[in-house]
Amino acid sequence: MKRLLIAGVVLAATFAGAGPVLADPVDDTLEIDGTPIITRTAAPEGHPFDELYSGWLFRESETRDLSRDSFENPGMIAVEDGEALWNTVMGTEGKSCATCHEDAAVSMKGVGAKFPKWDADSQKPINVELQINKCLTEQMGAEALPFNKGGQQELTAYIKHQSLGLPVEMDLSQGDMQSWWEKGKDVYYTRTGQLNLACASCHETAMGKMIRADHLSQGQVNGFPTYRLKSGLTSLHQRFRGCIRDTRAEQPKAFSDDLMALETYVTWRGTGLSVETPSVRQ
Amino acid sequence: MASKPRIKVPKSASAGEVITIKTLISHEMESGQRKDKDGNPIPRQIINKFTCTFEGQMVFECDLDPAVSANPYFEFNAKVPSSGTFKFTWLDDDGSVYEAEAPIEVK
Repeated sequence: MKRLLIAGVVLAATFAGAGPVLADPVDDTLEIDGTPIITRTAAPEGHPFDELYSGWLFRESETRDLSRDSFENPGMIAVEDGEALWNTVMGTEGKSCATCHEDAAVSMKGVGAKFPKWDADSQKPINVELQINKCLTEQMGAEALPFNKGGQQELTAYIKHQSLGLPVEMDLSQGDMQSWWEKGKDVYYTRTGQLNLACASCHETAMGKMIRADHLSQGQVNGFPTYRLKSGLTSLHQRFRGCIRDTRAEQPKAFSDDLMALETYVTWRGTGLSVETPSVRQ
Repeated sequence: MASKPRIKVPKSASAGEVITIKTLISHEMESGQRKDKDGNPIPRQIINKFTCTFEGQMVFECDLDPAVSANPYFEFNAKVPSSGTFKFTWLDDDGSVYEAEAPIEVK
């Protein structure tokens, strides 16, 4: 009965909202433990959408509630594991992340919201995962973490979680970021695979429609690494690869130039949305 | 093995109010039934007891057995008569004791 009532309320809210399309993003606001989260915002200049929506608005009410309470959020266990790693000495220099950066709540606040950044050494954009590897190899005398292994996702989730609620803001004026942005845009709009789909086919053209039982979002990346109900903690490049696999195309390697360009472009598409890491998604 | 436990207790309540307490601890809860790659049994290591006290008075107590999943989560209700501190303990098979506490103010 309660479910029916809730369904009624949602229906009423939807009809009272912008348009009578059942699959519109829900009219709801997110606050995580008192931190307000921006789930809708005006798009930056040159963006194909007028308004940006966090993927949170496209999920069922039960899934949305898991995000609301950091206690209920299963992704927070990974964040705690990341905190333990932050304080663990790694490599021959006898240093942990905390040796230099001390309290992550202070030193990492807002940091995750500004990646990917330009890395002058490699002349490429760098994301949080690669920045961790750079610290490990150049400062700590340790081996770089292989993709999704050795706590890479947990540490990334911990670092990004320190920016919870802060808006995503990228600086495209650094180095060659603008040309990587252009390259990422090409990747985004290029149809690939036997199904001949581009990112834009689902996340732009068909945004808000149902693809079987799944509600297509704008494909925003503000909540990564995200906790997916079907696969647990999921890194951004794992998600990119999964999507590309589903178009039945060759999967580019994680952190390859194609995916770094795509990360640069897709992150820009979410400018102004709050960092939600670790978000809970389908 | 286990990380810092997470607890959620309201900061304040009115006298006699029934509040909800949530706790979660990260722990493998190795049941002792599994075997490693070479076929040797992995020794059991679980949290076998959880208690919650309020100013020395028992509020909630629970024995845990090997069938309990990893990262045990408890949610229970308590009535608070006055301001004080909830103390939580988790006992590990290896003898470690994990502790946490949370104050509550009764207005």
